[in-house]
Amino acid sequence: MSASPRPSPAQAQTQARLDRLRGRALPVNHNARTIAALAANPGCSRRALMDAAGVDKQQVATHVGFPAPFGQSQFAIARGNAFEAQVKEGGAAQLLTLLREHLGLDVGQAHYHDLNDVGGNEAALVRHGRTRQLLTGAALSAPGEATGTMFDHPMLRLAVGGRHAYLEPDLIALQYQGRFHVVEIKSFAIIDGQADPAKVAAAAIQSAVYVHALRDLLGGDQGRVHYETILVAPRDFSSQPTVSTVDVRRQLTVLRRQLDRIASVEGLLDLYPAELTFDLDPDPGGRPQRPPGELAGAIGQVTANYTPDCLATCDLCFLCRDEAAGTTGALGRSVRTDLGGVEHAGQVLGLAAGTLPPSQERAEIAAQLTRAARLRTELLGTQLLGTQLLNTDLAT
Amino acid sequence: MTLLTSLARVIAAQAGRAQPTKTRRHVHLSSRPLVLIPLQLAGEACAPLAAMVGDDRDKPLQLAVYEPRDRNRRFEFAADLAETVLAYVDGYAAAEPEEGQPYPDAPQLLVPNLGGVAFARMLGRSTRFRRTEGEYAVPAAVPLLGRWLSYYAERSEATGSALLIPLTAALADHWATGQSAMEDANLAALVSWIDPPDGMTGPAAARAAEDPVRCPPAGPVTDPTFDNEVLDHLVKAVRDAAAGGGTPLARAQAATDAALRSQLEPTWELMWRSVDLLRTLPEAASVPDRWKSDRWSFTGQVGWLREDGAPQPRRDGAVAAARRLARLEREQQRLAVQRAYDDPLVMAEYRLTGEAFAGTVSAADPARLDTAGKRAKLRPWITVATADEVVLENGTVLRSPDRPGQDATIVDIALSGQLALVTLELKGGMGQAKVAPPGAMPAVGDEVTYTTLRDEFQRAPEFPERENTPWTHGGPPADYVPTEDDAREDWS
Repeated sequence: MSASPRPSPAQAQTQARLDRLRGRALPVNHNARTIAALAANPGCSRRALMDAAGVDKQQVATHVGFPAPFGQSQFAIARGNAFEAQVKEGGAAQLLTLLREHLGLDVGQAHYHDLNDVGGNEAALVRHGRTRQLLTGAALSAPGEATGTMFDHPMLRLAVGGRHAYLEPDLIALQYQGRFHVVEIKSFAIIDGQADPAKVAAAAIQSAVYVHALRDLLGGDQGRVHYETILVAPRDFSSQPTVSTVDVRRQLTVLRRQLDRIASVEGLLDLYPAELTFDLDPDPGGRPQRPPGELAGAIGQVTANYTPDCLATCDLCFLCRDEAAGTTGALGRSVRTDLGGVEHAGQVLGLAAGTLPPSQERAEIAAQLTRAARLRTELLGTQLLGTQLLNTDLAT
Repeated sequence: MTLLTSLARVIAAQAGRAQPTKTRRHVHLSSRPLVLIPLQLAGEACAPLAAMVGDDRDKPLQLAVYEPRDRNRRFEFAADLAETVLAYVDGYAAAEPEEGQPYPDAPQLLVPNLGGVAFARMLGRSTRFRRTEGEYAVPAAVPLLGRWLSYYAERSEATGSALLIPLTAALADHWATGQSAMEDANLAALVSWIDPPDGMTGPAAARAAEDPVRCPPAGPVTDPTFDNEVLDHLVKAVRDAAAGGGTPLARAQAATDAALRSQLEPTWELMWRSVDLLRTLPEAASVPDRWKSDRWSFTGQVGWLREDGAPQPRRDGAVAAARRLARLEREQQRLAVQRAYDDPLVMAEYRLTGEAFAGTVSAADPARLDTAGKRAKLRPWITVATADEVVLENGTVLRSPDRPGQDATIVDIALSGQLALVTLELKGGMGQAKVAPPGAMPAVGDEVTYTTLRDEFQRAPEFPERENTPWTHGGPPADYVPTEDDAREDWS
């Protein structure tokens, strides 16, 4: 957990490999959202490797002809920024009032520090060091006093796949009575005490990422950072903020387990040739010159673990979906489960038609598929389709 | 999902075209539905931006909010929308229903997707408490629209209700595509799988439909690129021209209208195509029965509003919520049975799990008597030869969708080659005759289906009266009285 900037030779070697993977582009920072997405699909080597190297996945996906379907409306951005600015105005006066009135926190007063800029030096490492220094000091000072301290934009980092990733600082760390609370400001509305469950769930996992990283920063002591995080959001249809607490213990457990499962990046790197790179070969104007086919070939060397959930979270989703065509997993996890885990559509149809002799462990699902196919034929009067495709598919 | 529908997805993927998972249409479709496509401003809880609405395919009405962040413009939008929606709804409540009967028909709203339902709920919530006098007064139609939209949104949670239908859900219920359920939420992609344009495969058409330039999203969220590259400038132009008014303002508004039309019109076409696709399936037998429940519900709502009904409270009390949940669960169960009885392809799910079997009657004894008691009773036997796997036990009581009033108890199961021979003892539905009259029971050679599924009347569980809400559930809730605050609530 040392902040020492001097890496070991092994670390330096890993870093060199990752830099080569990324090529000439600047590394893309992680944020709580990308960590949450990565942790949601820990079996995806492609994403783990690209994220560890800080590859700009959006640019890569665009260059190979599968631009990501994500965009953010200026209206949404403007609304979010205006709301955040309003809550933080005057030393976060509105926030302080909310904490007192709704959460019963006896915060008589609170200091507000914005860590967004440390003496003009914006390097993540420097900012992280400064954050550590301030927060560690604050945590030690005078517990019991009715004075809280709010640290806005603390620069946190997280070990992902064996490498430290800095997180976009989009939170306030509230220190109060010797403990920290993560405060997240979101612009989705809480109407009659209820909000869009998907948005609350996403906010909770992001808060959990911050709690995890904050605990890490404070030396791993679980008790120093509260598992109840504070969500600030507009109330009903107004722009007035309301506040509620979110217990993220479950999300923390999931996150820890998933982060552990993400293979250490050294182990992953060993699987691929040293010259592998996702470099875009930009011309002086920054326009990618690398032949797209060649880049696609490089991407194809690293295994992906596509599920339809990726469509909501990953910049590479359209590319991976294209690759996954013909698999049952591309139709959804539940479809694959229903089909007994049989991986390829062609195999499913072969088992159903009886043209593919089932292995011992597939005897049961094969019998069920045969009966299901027979029922469909009986009731719809159609023959099972696709059997002519089987011979080509069976090899896979 | 089930094995049968998952297999259908695989077949669809391989065939390049959606595959039917139902042979009947299990949802009521009005002969004159009201199609509503709402659009809202990104990032806001409920800021209406535009809508396309109407019950005539050739005459869509387009509404727009040129300054979506202006509260007064939102209420104007609500008033405009109310004019169309209320006129449509009122048309169904014009004549008094016959004594003891619901209205002969009810107004049906169609929205593109679940987001459309959520929009109706939110717009209903933000308008139903408004007052028509005093500070922040709004036209009378606004709170009334709020009550109707709230009603429709709540009713859509009842399984089997067809008053408000998100069409993506209705289509995905009847067809399996070769893509995931998540991708099926895109109306354009879903329709492309079911009915691809000539010369195109389903997947190719679906991919093309995912391009927001070619197929704008079906709302209520707009395409971010449209927001950033088109709408943003138009909103600014309207704002700049607003002070001066006159021709420049009219021109800026016309440009906004045209841009919004480009986002709405493709979905309008898709909505009516979806209706056409659903109409290709014959209506399932119990659909009129469920629609009657909807008509009753609508009749009740009209009565409530005519008696000056108060707006629905912000949240249900404990007893009301528990009662509602229990009712939803009963309806859900009932719906599952009805759908299986109505549709052999749904029944196939139960045949696959062993809860049903279908076959041919190989023997019948319509005069068999049960002489065990004091008086001999007519209890005919039949034997059904089935190729289905029968995992049921002797003594199990079954029903046939063809004769839902007749119990069939398994007497014996024997195997004969690939077939199972199931002997059943029949009871009920045969009158007082000594021998079962023809047609009252299956005859030799008939194709029959028997299942453990039964649609039985279940008593509603008992709940305390509202005023006796136990302390564990917060005690009796305070009576809901609309407050000044409710009426004045911010909408910014």
